[in-house]
Amino acid sequence: MTDATANAAPAPKQGKHAGSLFDADARTKKRNAAETRFRAYGLTAVGIGVAALIMLMTSILGQGLPAFNQTFITLDVYLDEAKLDKNGTRDIEAIKKVSTFGYAPLIKNAMAAKVDELGISFETFGVSGKDAEAMISKEAAAQLRRFVIAHPDRIGDTVEFEFLASGRIDGYYKGRVSMESAEKDSNVTPGQLQLADALKEGGALSTHFNWGFITMADASENRPEAAGIGVAMLGSLYMMIIVLCLALPIGVAASIYLEEFAPKNWITDLIEVNISNLAAVPSIVFGILGLAIFINYAGLPQSAPVVGGLVLTLMTLPTIIISTRASLKSVPPSIRDAALGVGASKMQSVFHHVLPLAAPGILTGTIIGLAQALGETAPLMLIGMVAFVREFPSAPPEGFFDPASALPVQVYNWTTRADPAFVERASGAIIVLLIFLLCMNFLAIVLRRRFERRW
Amino acid sequence: MSLVKLTASALAIAAVSATAAAARDNVQVAGSSTVLPYASIVAEAFGENFDFPTPVVESGGSSAGLKRFCEGVGENTIDIANASRKIKDSEIQACAEAGVKDIIEVRIGYDGIVFASQTNGPAFTALEPADIFNALSDKVLVDGAIVENPYQQWADFNADLPAVDIIAFPPGTKHGTREVFEEKVVLAGCEATGAFEAIMAKNGGDKKAAEKACISLRTDGKAVDIDGDYTETLARIDANPNGVGIFGLAFYENNTDKLKVATMGDVMPSTESIATGEYPVSRPLFFYIKKAHIGVIPGLKEYAQFFVADEIAGPDGPLAAYGLVSDPELAATQTAVEAEEVMGGM
Repeated sequence: MTDATANAAPAPKQGKHAGSLFDADARTKKRNAAETRFRAYGLTAVGIGVAALIMLMTSILGQGLPAFNQTFITLDVYLDEAKLDKNGTRDIEAIKKVSTFGYAPLIKNAMAAKVDELGISFETFGVSGKDAEAMISKEAAAQLRRFVIAHPDRIGDTVEFEFLASGRIDGYYKGRVSMESAEKDSNVTPGQLQLADALKEGGALSTHFNWGFITMADASENRPEAAGIGVAMLGSLYMMIIVLCLALPIGVAASIYLEEFAPKNWITDLIEVNISNLAAVPSIVFGILGLAIFINYAGLPQSAPVVGGLVLTLMTLPTIIISTRASLKSVPPSIRDAALGVGASKMQSVFHHVLPLAAPGILTGTIIGLAQALGETAPLMLIGMVAFVREFPSAPPEGFFDPASALPVQVYNWTTRADPAFVERASGAIIVLLIFLLCMNFLAIVLRRRFERRW
Repeated sequence: MSLVKLTASALAIAAVSATAAAARDNVQVAGSSTVLPYASIVAEAFGENFDFPTPVVESGGSSAGLKRFCEGVGENTIDIANASRKIKDSEIQACAEAGVKDIIEVRIGYDGIVFASQTNGPAFTALEPADIFNALSDKVLVDGAIVENPYQQWADFNADLPAVDIIAFPPGTKHGTREVFEEKVVLAGCEATGAFEAIMAKNGGDKKAAEKACISLRTDGKAVDIDGDYTETLARIDANPNGVGIFGLAFYENNTDKLKVATMGDVMPSTESIATGEYPVSRPLFFYIKKAHIGVIPGLKEYAQFFVADEIAGPDGPLAAYGLVSDPELAATQTAVEAEEVMGGM
């Protein structure tokens, strides 16, 4: 009977090629069509994903890449002794008394001198001396003051400086500011832009790669051009060091015990369920915990990477424990049995045989956990790291207790600022963050490839 | 290997915890996001010009800042709270209970609130509090009766305004700006249109309830609360040519190329018109210092003095350049900070 049906089904005999494998019947066609449809769905899904990624990347790269370039104005500044060191004693304390406000006139004079040298005048462009000074970043006075305090012997000389141009002038060369928008803008005039063009022709103004964006600290809203991600990068690095040093040993120890030594009873079951639950807890909850325990109870300082690191450790632990347990589980029991069979103790079998084989999986899990922690902002908000921090933290271990910012926090901070120049810098910081994440994921892949063992 | 690492890290933690007891040497500030830009400008200049480290400035809103300020005295509490409104009696009480008894109040200047729309949008160039009330309140006065707001377009109640759909973006309730907006614009408009009296007459003279009824905004999607920052409001305005947004003066001054500002009661908002009090919608900005921390945290008093110094908070200083309306009574504030005058009545 089975034979009969088997013969009957594929052969609805009609036409002269009936029964040929090249000639699909209706049901085969239907199945093939279903498969083609499914492939199309899959392709669409992948396409949507790729399109979203491309959109995200073009938007971020388009907005953020200009942040790595900056416009600079080169001026010869006469370090006027009458203004900087009235008594001529070169006493460092007396020099320090001159605030950055005292340095502003020097820059104004230097700008006037430069314009004279190029054979143009302010009047041609309808700008006043004050407007011309406003074309240079307010950071310039601080830069000058730092130089004079470091080299008091240069007072009285004329020294060449490369100053940052103000955010709007910089925006003009990046297409953010145009002559039309400048007319409506209260912070820049078309005259200033024309003067900037004239300076560029004269070689005093140039745009080039800006290391300052990577090394400098955050800056206030008055000088977006001087803002950098230095402090944020250090803060993130410190936190990652703490997370790595705490989460990896604790996580691995916990998983080894749970996986290899712990008796299987309801208590371990409960622990297992709770660990899985913890992995899904919103990160802000860990922030609240951090505020209550580490700051209010333990008295650790606010805005410090140590607290951030501890909070992120708590957040990363479940991820590491889960991935470590999974990789321990994937080591075949035959390896353990063989080790035990030749007389190794339980601990020897774990540390000499199982752990090395599970290491690639553990490392991958750890790195992915770290990457997740690197991009976290919410828990840091409550422990005071979402802040304006300009002071670089010192070297570890003291630096762990100094205030610092973090990369995603810096992005968040900049997107809320009024000056449009900060949008560009926020995207720039995102690019740096993405590069970090990419490097970490790449490292995870390399480690896995290198140490992976197949059975 | 993990046991070795575990012990090593435990030792490291113990070692660093011991150093944690060392004194904090930077000033810690938190509070209003409106004051944040000013505070960060001052902090930056302070760090440049003094040997003290740059203060750390956090935002998070006036209420959140004052709450943290009132948590107690000690190194792991903040030294200064920024606020875009005066400290409330309940907050002073909470402070006192936590041991924060002597508080120095410093008024740094004034901030204006402006109404602005897209530069390419219809002309919202002259608004009155009454217009805002009619456009945004959930109950308005029509022909002597209080009814659910029937207006769909601005021209429905004021023929001088453009005939476009009403859509406005007031700040959300967690902002200090919201309070000023309600009090100085919506409530003023409520009184100007006569709706206030009509509500009073209806509910039997309950002033508090009438005020509350006045400031409740319509919920049919024409008034969209913005809980984020002004950047979010700006993005909404960018996407919506008919939208009217509510901004701080400083934010507007930094984005004059994208926004068109409306006059309020025929007065153009500017630092001058706010300083003279002609422009009606403004509010003072403050910061509060814990007196107990002066002398303990290095640089705290110097920071406060530097903040209110003429070269910073004066009319020609960087704060005014950013959009702060400088306080005509700055000299009195300077002496008060110098003398560490605490708030009275404590």
